[in-house]
Amino acid sequence: MKNERMTILRHEKVARDTHLLVLEGKLVQEIADPGQFVHVRIDGFYLRRPISIADYNLENSTVTLIYKVMGDGTKALTRSQVGDRLDVLGPGGQGFPTTSIYSDHALIIGGGIGVPPLYSTAKNLKENGLAVTSILGFRSREDAFLLDEFRALGEVHVTTEDGSLGKSGRVTDALSDVREDYQLYLSCGPTVMLKAVADQHPDTPGYLSMEERMGCGIGACFACVVESNDEKGYKRICCDGPVFKSGEVVLS
Amino acid sequence: MNLSVNLPGLTLKNPVMPASGCFAFGKEFAQFYDLASLGAVIMKAATKERRFGNGTPRVAETSSGMLNAIGLQNPGVESIISDEIPFLRNHNLPIIANVAGSTVEEYGEVAEQISSHVDAIELNISCPNVKEGGVQFGTDPLLAKEVIRYVVEVSTVPVYVKLSPNVTDIVGMALAAEEAGASGLSMINTLTGMRIDPKTRKPVIANGTGGLSGAAIKPISIRMIHQVYQAVTIPIIGMGGIETAEDVLEYLLAGASAVAIGSANFKNPFICKEVIEDLPATLSRYGFSSVEQAIGGANDEKVETSVLRP
Repeated sequence: MKNERMTILRHEKVARDTHLLVLEGKLVQEIADPGQFVHVRIDGFYLRRPISIADYNLENSTVTLIYKVMGDGTKALTRSQVGDRLDVLGPGGQGFPTTSIYSDHALIIGGGIGVPPLYSTAKNLKENGLAVTSILGFRSREDAFLLDEFRALGEVHVTTEDGSLGKSGRVTDALSDVREDYQLYLSCGPTVMLKAVADQHPDTPGYLSMEERMGCGIGACFACVVESNDEKGYKRICCDGPVFKSGEVVLS
Repeated sequence: MNLSVNLPGLTLKNPVMPASGCFAFGKEFAQFYDLASLGAVIMKAATKERRFGNGTPRVAETSSGMLNAIGLQNPGVESIISDEIPFLRNHNLPIIANVAGSTVEEYGEVAEQISSHVDAIELNISCPNVKEGGVQFGTDPLLAKEVIRYVVEVSTVPVYVKLSPNVTDIVGMALAAEEAGASGLSMINTLTGMRIDPKTRKPVIANGTGGLSGAAIKPISIRMIHQVYQAVTIPIIGMGGIETAEDVLEYLLAGASAVAIGSANFKNPFICKEVIEDLPATLSRYGFSSVEQAIGGANDEKVETSVLRP
């Protein structure tokens, strides 16, 4: 993990309250797996903001983040401009182990701002020869993003809560539309969604990426703890996760 | 520049240490710098049995600070002794164990078990985030005396009592600790606070209340240390919102003999190392040639001349 002032190469709005940020810096070389995150410091705000890595390019040393404006901190982040430098700590956590997944067909299930880390995940899986089917859920049409990028990787099913795009409902409502031969699923989104997804897949192996308010982002403060089924009884989302095997943690 | 400070049980090469609960047991920060550069380390609180802690969210940002309600999550004293202390011992620095509990007996058991493995104990009678014990011992001088006496008796190392700022008479609490046999004080723990989310109409933190820390609380801590320094003869480890070497100097002048850095470790994992590196130049800029010279300087001046004063 490194702490670096990364340069902003691109910063643009991609959906309602949703912004894409491309940063350049050396810490990109330390990214081991898709699904890891960076911890971004925003001037005037006391705590860093954990933002998942949507994509990265080792050759250009760039990383793409897609974040949602959730409060004053992320709102202030939208005002940073191309050429500015951002104080970034990362890469943090354990991502999706795409290089050790041996399968023919993987199902990607992303909800809202849980979609971004699944993009480089899906890309890596496709490069490794897997067929990738994606279910992407958003609140409504204005909130949707990365659809074309995911379509370039395979079949995509979109759901919106208000029915303004794709199927009306939640991501789990689209499961019946997917060819059933997928051997594993990879999911990121709110915990209630992850629980619904895991409950629908009692016998299919899966990886779940969780989000939580963080303090340090390096495992020291115990703010982002989730109950686990092992002897230790807990996992720290920032460093033991954010990606866990389904069944590893207690989703409630 | 002489940065060293000698306190009961602690020979510090510099007066800066990470505060309890903000540094776990050091492993996570060892990837960023050599822990041997620290004056000492105060470990995360130890209780008798392992504790899971509170529900999430456990933290919330505030203006110039943060609220936390972790709930003393820790693996229990035995595991800390066998799995955590050996790692810190390898870094050759004084170790202070933060001891917590729900009953006088539990405090005593933990202190007795851990004291032979560390250099000093920080008795945590001020955690605002647990239902039993914790701050109730830290807000009542009689209860405080009882637990302090017992822990001092069973410990083989000096006991520093961590005071809660959630009291009307901090001097009274400090005197009670001194009378009960404390070798030093640690000031201050967090202030109880709350944030409410207008969307949910509920507190942001799952526990409801949390402990306020960070730059926002520094003036309160400085004031309390300034008051207590005049009333007691035992040394004070000061903490609350330290982010720079100037902050450290402010604490020394108020009456702290050493300082701990807490929440700032979260936004800058290098903060302790950076502050230690900046300290010599900062002390000399204000006319000091050692840390010792600055201690209590706002109460009774030890250095007669300084270029910066009229």
